[in-house]
Amino acid sequence: MEDLLFELQLAMPQVILGVINGAFYALLSLGLAVIFGMLNVINFAHGAQFMMGAFVAWMLLAFLGIGYWPALILAPLIVGLVGVLMERLMISRLYKLDHLYGLLLTFGCALVIEGLFRNNFGSSGQRYTPPREFQALNLEIGDFFLPGYRVWVLIAATAVCLATWLVIEKTKIGSYLRAATERPQLVQAFGINVPLMMTLTYGAGVALAAFAGVLAAPIYSVHPAMGANFIITVFAVVVIGGMGSIAGSIVTGFLLGFLQGVTEVVYPPFSQTVVFVIMAIVLLTRPAGLFGRA
Amino acid sequence: MAESMALDRPAATGAPMLAVQGLEAWYGESHILHGVGLEIRQGEVVTLLGRNGAGKTTTLRAIMGLTGRRAGSVRFEGRELIAARPDQIARQGIAYCPEERGIFASLDVTENLMLPPVIAPGGLSLDEIYTLFPNLKERARSQGTKLSGGEQQMLAIARILRTGARLLLLDEPSEGLAPVIVQQIGAMIREIKQRGFTVLLVEQNFRFAQTVADRHYVMEHGQVVDMVENGELAASMDRLHEYLGV
Repeated sequence: MEDLLFELQLAMPQVILGVINGAFYALLSLGLAVIFGMLNVINFAHGAQFMMGAFVAWMLLAFLGIGYWPALILAPLIVGLVGVLMERLMISRLYKLDHLYGLLLTFGCALVIEGLFRNNFGSSGQRYTPPREFQALNLEIGDFFLPGYRVWVLIAATAVCLATWLVIEKTKIGSYLRAATERPQLVQAFGINVPLMMTLTYGAGVALAAFAGVLAAPIYSVHPAMGANFIITVFAVVVIGGMGSIAGSIVTGFLLGFLQGVTEVVYPPFSQTVVFVIMAIVLLTRPAGLFGRA
Repeated sequence: MAESMALDRPAATGAPMLAVQGLEAWYGESHILHGVGLEIRQGEVVTLLGRNGAGKTTTLRAIMGLTGRRAGSVRFEGRELIAARPDQIARQGIAYCPEERGIFASLDVTENLMLPPVIAPGGLSLDEIYTLFPNLKERARSQGTKLSGGEQQMLAIARILRTGARLLLLDEPSEGLAPVIVQQIGAMIREIKQRGFTVLLVEQNFRFAQTVADRHYVMEHGQVVDMVENGELAASMDRLHEYLGV
């Protein structure tokens, strides 16, 4: 019994770390799901937009002295606005074509954005120190220590995921969004400006990525490839959860983060691969994903 | 021919509510409508009859701005709408109920009912709607697509009665429904006519059309080729049989 307790204590940090990663997966795949549902575009620029969120927060602090709390609001707004411009100027021209073109375009955008940041800031990371007040949230149970900032990330990510889900499932605006996901033309024939809705939805999805980026800035160093590292796993999460499923993307994000953490304890070399093995199994047995409608 | 015929009608009461002239529409490369002309006066129920593929549904969609490309003229209450987007057309007071009914699976019955925004005063209140369609109240929390075909049709029509739209475009509301439900739909169309709504109805079934409409336009090959007053229907049976192949 005591051995088991000891083992559990050793395992805890890895599992918690996994769940925190899961929080980022959930936030990012949620944005992807919202965008895919409404625009039918697989937004490959999502990782770059996550990275932009982190960089904007860092730049606000480094150049303008604007701290973490305002940045948590400002960076998603600024990056979301960039998203709105991208949708209006480029992505909206591709709606009549196959999904593949949207994916290629946004992939190209991701490469350009990352290149621009690498050119200006180099590929080594920038440090972003979180405000001191998070130390009040530090969690110590026996030998187990969790920095307060990570506790905050868990709370903030969960809250934002829940709020997004509530808006989509329980509000009038959300019902427009769900309806337009099914039949955009008919919703427009009811008098709703669907093209404008698509622009704002893309902006909101991008803002979610940027919000995740600001949350991530103090944990990971702020560097141009930080999104690219995440996004591959996030796409696996989206496939497992089911393309376009809102609740599915949130639950799957947290679940897979947790699973990665557990794998890290049980068999570390497998921890980076486990998500993709699950993806392959899900694709073979339930191609629409765990929560997707076939 | 089509236009002149519409204009030959003795003008009943002032300008028509909807005047469609020389309407052309395309789906991609295919040219579907070749100069459709028709007029509807305030308070009328008018049907579009014709065989499959004659362009009836496309005419409704083109009036609503839902075809890829369209040309000609669509004037509603004096305003030219040929260059407008579907949402702008809807906001002028035209509502559209598609043939496949367009009930949303991810919305429950109430959400489906409340989805179209109110665009003008004068629509039915929720109480009036529940009086007309008691089933919708009983099944308020059901998923929209779990309703029976008849209930879905009722829901599809009910939700555009709320919005204050004055002209309703209904695409084959009787299609695929049991005779008793078709009778209910007929009674409902007469009821909404009583309340002052104007209706343009696409129908294959002219026996049904005859029980609700004031006039009938006949379409062939993407054009309006004839018009029959409901009162003259019996006398025009031979002509209609030839058009419709029934």
